Amino acid sequence: MITTRRKLLATAALSALPFPARAARDFVDSAGRRIQIPDRIQKVFGAGGPAAIAIYSLRPDVLAGWPRPPYPEERPYIAPVARDLPEVGLITGRGDTLNLENLLRAAPDLIIDFGSVRDTYVSLAERVQERSRISYALIDGRFESTPKALRMLGDLLDARARAEELAAYAENLFTRVDKLLATKPESQRPRVYLARGPNGLETGLKGSINTEIIERAGGQNVAVSNDGRRGIANISPEQLLLWDPNIVITWDRIFFANLAQKKDPLWQNIRAVREGRVYLAPTAPFGWIDRPPSLNRLIGLAWLAHVLHGADFPLDIADEARRFYRLFYQVDMSEAQLSNLLAWADGRPPALVRPR
Amino acid sequence: MTSVLSPAHRRARWLILLALCASSAIAGFALTVGAYPVTTEAIFRSLARLVSGQEPGDMQERVLMTIRAPRVLAGLLIGAALAASGAAYQTLFRNPLVSPDVLGVSAGAGLGAVFGIFLSLPIFFIQLFAFAGGLATVAVVALIATSIRGRDPVLVLVLGGVVVGALAGAAISLIKILADPYDQLPAITFWLLGSLSSIRQNDALAILPAVALGLVPLILLRWRIDVLSTGDEEARALGLPAGALRALVIACATLMTASVVALAGVIGWVGLVIPHIARMLVGPAFSRLLPMSLALGGGYLVLVDTLARSLARIETPIGILTAIVGAPFFIWLLWRGRNDAA
Repeated sequence: MITTRRKLLATAALSALPFPARAARDFVDSAGRRIQIPDRIQKVFGAGGPAAIAIYSLRPDVLAGWPRPPYPEERPYIAPVARDLPEVGLITGRGDTLNLENLLRAAPDLIIDFGSVRDTYVSLAERVQERSRISYALIDGRFESTPKALRMLGDLLDARARAEELAAYAENLFTRVDKLLATKPESQRPRVYLARGPNGLETGLKGSINTEIIERAGGQNVAVSNDGRRGIANISPEQLLLWDPNIVITWDRIFFANLAQKKDPLWQNIRAVREGRVYLAPTAPFGWIDRPPSLNRLIGLAWLAHVLHGADFPLDIADEARRFYRLFYQVDMSEAQLSNLLAWADGRPPALVRPR
Repeated sequence: MTSVLSPAHRRARWLILLALCASSAIAGFALTVGAYPVTTEAIFRSLARLVSGQEPGDMQERVLMTIRAPRVLAGLLIGAALAASGAAYQTLFRNPLVSPDVLGVSAGAGLGAVFGIFLSLPIFFIQLFAFAGGLATVAVVALIATSIRGRDPVLVLVLGGVVVGALAGAAISLIKILADPYDQLPAITFWLLGSLSSIRQNDALAILPAVALGLVPLILLRWRIDVLSTGDEEARALGLPAGALRALVIACATLMTASVVALAGVIGWVGLVIPHIARMLVGPAFSRLLPMSLALGGGYLVLVDTLARSLARIETPIGILTAIVGAPFFIWLLWRGRNDAA
């Protein structure tokens, strides 16, 4: 009698442990941390925007939610299974908006962070994992390591075949661009400025994860700091005149619309504006060139290489976009959706409706 | 009485004139500094064209006329306005530790701007929101102060400002959390740090009427504000309506601060430190403190802004520099004050 009760108690205690008793296998993440992955993965938490997109691309069925609910113009380009997922907040990034108790209540099998693997994020992962008892994997999200990251994610999320398919797309695209770059010595690469913010004077400095797509697509980012600063900065109009970029890219529709009105004399003095070489990158469902820096940049890479090099990088953008959206987002775009998207990439975006 | 004050007054007049010259020299120097190479001849050419009403000719002249000169002029205006508001507040509250944002004008303007950024509005509306936010916040503080009677009105005002300012700060934090971390959060951060980098041709002109509207009454009433600084009782004894006068000074200083903050973002410390330096030079009488603060404030802000745009290729937000320069100076002031008291 007593032994039975004791046995029962022991079983109850064991099953009450939050950590899955049958941790199936080990996994080594990009930071070299060995973590345990449960046998079956049904719910995965993205630590931030880039991670959510990476998880969505591989297994939309296990994504726990978005850092913010998708805007109306983004929704049609997200597969129905993930379109209405709840807002779950961020773990990393500026401003933690996630309550650990909410995380525990949601009880994901796994947390993934996708982006730069820095000590800050490693220690954050360790801390969250220790307190929540949920395995926390860090995957290196630099653009260059996209194929590798996809395969790691495939392994992590039990989606190896799909990961292989996506990685092959990325590798193929990188090879195509590499061929182009081989014919373009540094001196022949256009000088590109990424305009951010409503007045366009905010930019991503060279060396930041936000602008690495410029170099990858065969451009030179004009915004080089001389004091070791990276990341996002405000620059002075004089400095912009001095840089005098050949090409301006942006995803800010307010800035783009202002520029089209030709009212600001500063911008009229910039070569790219005079020569009509200002390009607007779509942001549905996610940004093409950044915002956030994740797998979504692959379609932007093809687009930007074509924008920068024209006929030297032949591209049927309609075909490429259709293929990419089908492959990564599992969305079969209707003709109307596709033409809206292409019009956006051609400088005719949908009206801005913000927020929520 | 007048004959006793006279030498000090004369000395102050010379000092103010000297400060004006120094500020003008700084502004002239600032015109020659910048990322884009501009020769001294181009500066004089631009000046000649300006006088004869011609459009700028080459790129150098265009940089000067559309970017650099507007920025220097705006710097003069913003610095002068912030310093004047600070001087008015410090005199009004009889407290050298208050700054123009003591009644929450900066926090309110910040909230307005941040909300505008959050709604993805064009810049003009962001500035309008900032202006309205600054005015509205001080109006709320004034309302609180007038509805609470039977306490020291100045104390209630300052405490009301602290409370409402903190509330606005909390609202800013809330919007930051809700904002898009990739688009809006950097814009919000930069706005709250203040910058003159996006100032264009007519921006300074646009806020000039508002600044003038705030400044002219202060100049006209400078003697009465002096009397007010001796205390409500004394003012009333001399037949001055203390409450009404105080309300007017607050309205004027708020109008000035709100309009410059709407244009350039939150720039701290200028309104706190400059009146102090001015007081060291010409004494506490508002009739001398105000012109001295105006003269010093403009030059000081242009100087710091020139640093902000020339320290490195990528600009340093000016709010960071005014704090770095202002904070140690303030500590020195405190230290010096301790010696005086001892």
